[in-house]
Amino acid sequence: MEGHSQYTPKSGFARWLERRLPILSFMHDSFVSYPTPKNLNYMWVFGAILSFMLVAQIVTGVVLAMHYTPETTLAFDSVEKIMRDVNWGTILRYAHANGASMFFLAVYLHIFRGMYYGSYKDPREVLWILGVVIFMLMMATGFLGYVLPWGQMSFWAATVITNLFSAIPVVGTAITTWLLGGYSVDNATLNRFYALHYLLPFIIVAIVALHVWALHVTGQNNPAGVEVKDVKRDTVPFTPHATMKDAVGIAAFLVVYAWLTFFVPNYLGHPDNYIEANPLVTPPHIVPEWYFLPFYAILRAIPNKLIGVIALFASILITAALPWLDTSKVKSAVYRPLFRKEFWIFVGVCIGLGYLGAQPAEGAYLWFARVLSAYYFLHFLVILPVLGRIEKPEPTPESIDASIVRGKTSHV
Amino acid sequence: MTSKDTAVKPAEPSRRDILYIATGAAVAGAAAGMVWPLIAQMNPDASTLALASTEVDLSTVPVGQIVTVKWRGKPVFVRHRTAAEIKAAEDAPLSALPDPEPDAKRVQKPEWLVVIGVCTHLGCIPTGKEGEFDGWFCPCHGSVYDLSGRIRSGPAPTNLEVPPYAFIAENKIKIG
Repeated sequence: MEGHSQYTPKSGFARWLERRLPILSFMHDSFVSYPTPKNLNYMWVFGAILSFMLVAQIVTGVVLAMHYTPETTLAFDSVEKIMRDVNWGTILRYAHANGASMFFLAVYLHIFRGMYYGSYKDPREVLWILGVVIFMLMMATGFLGYVLPWGQMSFWAATVITNLFSAIPVVGTAITTWLLGGYSVDNATLNRFYALHYLLPFIIVAIVALHVWALHVTGQNNPAGVEVKDVKRDTVPFTPHATMKDAVGIAAFLVVYAWLTFFVPNYLGHPDNYIEANPLVTPPHIVPEWYFLPFYAILRAIPNKLIGVIALFASILITAALPWLDTSKVKSAVYRPLFRKEFWIFVGVCIGLGYLGAQPAEGAYLWFARVLSAYYFLHFLVILPVLGRIEKPEPTPESIDASIVRGKTSHV
Repeated sequence: MTSKDTAVKPAEPSRRDILYIATGAAVAGAAAGMVWPLIAQMNPDASTLALASTEVDLSTVPVGQIVTVKWRGKPVFVRHRTAAEIKAAEDAPLSALPDPEPDAKRVQKPEWLVVIGVCTHLGCIPTGKEGEFDGWFCPCHGSVYDLSGRIRSGPAPTNLEVPPYAFIAENKIKIG
């Protein structure tokens, strides 16, 4: 985004405000006249969808917080009170729970878009890393929120995850006790998890602001992976083109969200969470929500406790190194035939790990989980660096405009 | 669209205009549908609305005494009025009342006065058997109520509210 604003204040009030706080021209430059590559496909709507879902989760969350009580003897009943007594409480609770799943669905599609089209490459490395930070904050928020209803899964998920920290040598137990506020998951834990669950989304808002700022400095990537050369020929103004495309995307997304919330609201949940937490009874299968399953599979695949924990965190953090692990000069998978195949294999591996995360960690399941976990790390540490060097990419178009005019379109 | 329209804006809305307006209306409706539950959830929930009723055993209240019970979080005065008090309440001229209301409309049995003990000015609890009429006197801003709980002087605009109640037995009432 170069040059100074094309916005001209239309009213006396607008002129008065512009001189004191140029927010109108800022909004105009960022979301109305902002030059957007004209070849973006529908994989680019997930940023807007994610912003919408963040607001949706905060709004439904604040409203639920008016009725929830974060105390071990009262929490489960307060959620049931929301479901039964509070006006529209059933819908609000289901909207918040399924909203979390939809939030993660959108973020995974958003991340895989970035991986496919090389959106993490120069000059978008910081944008990508901010995204990794947002993803980790989302996972923390989701985990904390799941503990609050104080069902069996809430309690035992909290126990498993806080126990991870005891794997740290020397200080592990002390750190775990500090996290718990006691010797086991109990009221102190629940209370602080509630405070943190309320706090983290606002930290996410702040990092999202940085994320969008970083994006607007470099401009969006696009399906051809070729940078904007001529603003007039390669781009269109954000409004109405991207605005309307995002609106269509959000509408389609809302259809899925509404179907889940209104028709099958407990489909993605675990029935055991409708049983109040019992510290003396462990459920036969402790399973996290679906969006954590791949990482859960990696954790359980490794027989050593400490290395398993390291592998769990490494599997997320390694994505931050992608800009440097992928050595290819060509951004988009559209022009990288070998990388394209490897990408879909990687997607299959992630889905496979997700399936295995829900199975008992024994027998053939465990064996496959180990194979797929090994492949997961191999993909980042070996395959991508090597692929960038040995692959012969197809010729990339001269410009975005040329990529549309001359054939190899923006579609996969 | 004929060629002569190119210089002049068509008088009828175009198809595009109709689509825009229809979409806008649909979005507005959907937005209202999404926002309404977020606002309505703050209304009292079913457990609060569940009619809280209080039963009062009147046999424990001797003649001339005032008893205060709690009903839906508020104090309710139950006064067993003497014959003299009943006469004074019934004989009061309506012209002297800022909020005119005959005593007969405020009681079911004349010896039992049941009123919510919250001053209609700013909500303090008035003190019984005080004030010019020996009814109630509110210490906060000086409102004076008579033996029927009606405002006589002071800043309160209306009489003490009579809650819904019924005699479920000779000597028992159920409030609410």
